[in-house]
Amino acid sequence: MDLSLYFTRQDLWGILPEIVLLVGALIILSIELFARSQRAAMLGVGILSLVIAGGFASKNFGSSFILFQGMVTLNDYSTFFDLLYMTAGIVTMVISYNYLERKGGETRGEYFALILFATMGMMLMTRGNDLVIIFLGMELLSLSLYVLVGFLRHDVFSNESAIKYLLLGAFATGFFLFGAVLVYGTTGTTNFQHIASAITNNEILSDTLLSLGIGLLLVGFAFKVALVPFHMWSPDVYQGAPTSVTAFLCTAPKAAGFGALLKVFLVAFPALHADWQDLLWALALLTMIVGNISALVQTNVKRMLAFSSVTHAGYLCIGILVLNEMGVSAILFYLLVYSVMNLGAFGIISLLEKEEKGVNFKDYEGLASKHPWLSASLALFMLSLAGFPPTAGFVAKYTLFSSAISEGYIWLIIIAILNTLVSVYYYVRLIVNMYMRTSEETLVPFLHPLLSVVIFILAISIMFFGVLPGWLIDTVTQAARIYT
Amino acid sequence: MVVPLEHVIILSGLLFSIGVMGVLFRRNVIIIFMSIELMLNAVNLALVGFSRYHNNVDGQVFVFLVMTLAAAEVSVGLAIIVALFRNRQTVNINEMNLMKN
Repeated sequence: MDLSLYFTRQDLWGILPEIVLLVGALIILSIELFARSQRAAMLGVGILSLVIAGGFASKNFGSSFILFQGMVTLNDYSTFFDLLYMTAGIVTMVISYNYLERKGGETRGEYFALILFATMGMMLMTRGNDLVIIFLGMELLSLSLYVLVGFLRHDVFSNESAIKYLLLGAFATGFFLFGAVLVYGTTGTTNFQHIASAITNNEILSDTLLSLGIGLLLVGFAFKVALVPFHMWSPDVYQGAPTSVTAFLCTAPKAAGFGALLKVFLVAFPALHADWQDLLWALALLTMIVGNISALVQTNVKRMLAFSSVTHAGYLCIGILVLNEMGVSAILFYLLVYSVMNLGAFGIISLLEKEEKGVNFKDYEGLASKHPWLSASLALFMLSLAGFPPTAGFVAKYTLFSSAISEGYIWLIIIAILNTLVSVYYYVRLIVNMYMRTSEETLVPFLHPLLSVVIFILAISIMFFGVLPGWLIDTVTQAARIYT
Repeated sequence: MVVPLEHVIILSGLLFSIGVMGVLFRRNVIIIFMSIELMLNAVNLALVGFSRYHNNVDGQVFVFLVMTLAAAEVSVGLAIIVALFRNRQTVNINEMNLMKN
């Protein structure tokens, strides 16, 4: 049998990062099998394979390849996302250190292996150039996440959020698949470029079915990235999942969802921009407003951050609406900054959490006097989420909103800015609790040098990208330019 | 006799809708899960129909991937349901409300 008919050596070099992650995951599972107590080794192998895979992936910066007969494309866009996922994976692994034990569970090898599998799935989602690959990547990601969310199997909250995530995730997959099938059926292909050329040459079976297909694809994606009205699962899942998993769940997969959504709509359906513009406009508006108003009344910090991430998804929708190079680069910038802020915030919450305590606003009273550095970092992440200068959150919002204004979405941006102002309330509420209230018993954080270093780096990068965003802006502009 | 494409699409659309209704209106987690499988099978049916109509095998390959996914999802899903049942002694979705504010 001549394998070169199916793939070449270059194809295999292209997916080397995925192969490294797969090998790393298998090594971890072997360690789990033969030397269960070697938790540090498993963590080490996990981080090491992410670092090596990241090294291989970053070598692709500046070049672009089409692999596996057009199924996978490698360019600066996908490489940017690859590195984002790996960073999120590394941070998640570090903050998971001993977390499950503190919650009465047990860190098993599967935990790290699943994070590696999820990272692989996300990489396929943004590298894929074919509906089949996007689907496979999304499912590899989702199946890993279902297990991770339910990892504390003796905890009823973890169980409940796993079942909710599973049912709604599988439901969304059904919609996504039916949409993909209708697009395949009307155009006769699943490749993005071929779909686009079939649409421009008007070689489609039925306009109605194609629109229906695109609508269903959008519903599938909207479920995955939690846009209103498909966001109901996210607060429950984010609250019930182990916090280290929530940190992962609300950053990298959301970036992957937006990355794939952007790719599908930019490469496969650019000719139909006008058709789904109004729909996206309404989605962006609803998502911002509903997310914000729900976040105002929460008493649980994890739940508040879940609604806040719904709101951020609404802002990101504006970028998809803009759909030019500026919009894409603004989304990339926003996604990176958003991921750093949320990893930091959830990371700190996971350090403070102990049994039932540490997740309510009330528990944070008086924290600043006992643990000034930790409180300062958490306050910084909150200010950045709210979009105060000079943090990176401000630059991210500024670039996103200005790209939308230059395309004429004035009203949407006015509403978005009003939303940002409202959101200050629930972010600052946490800061007020930490700094201006006192309490007899405060939370005792679990501090390990490795964890402190990671939190410190995240906080520094938020300040750094806020004061000197130039380098990052150049990078995202390049990533967006090669892509469109 | 060749079955016209419209019939396949209508049947698959009906099956898909029945699946969606099942997810929305049934309260037993297992039944909801079965309804999701029905949705995926409706997708498979449409894929085979379109594949035959266009005379290319892309759709049929896709069917294999969807079937594999469905099997993987069932194994993960049932494991989660068993873990849930051990802790809560129920599989009724209406009782999954521990996290409302």
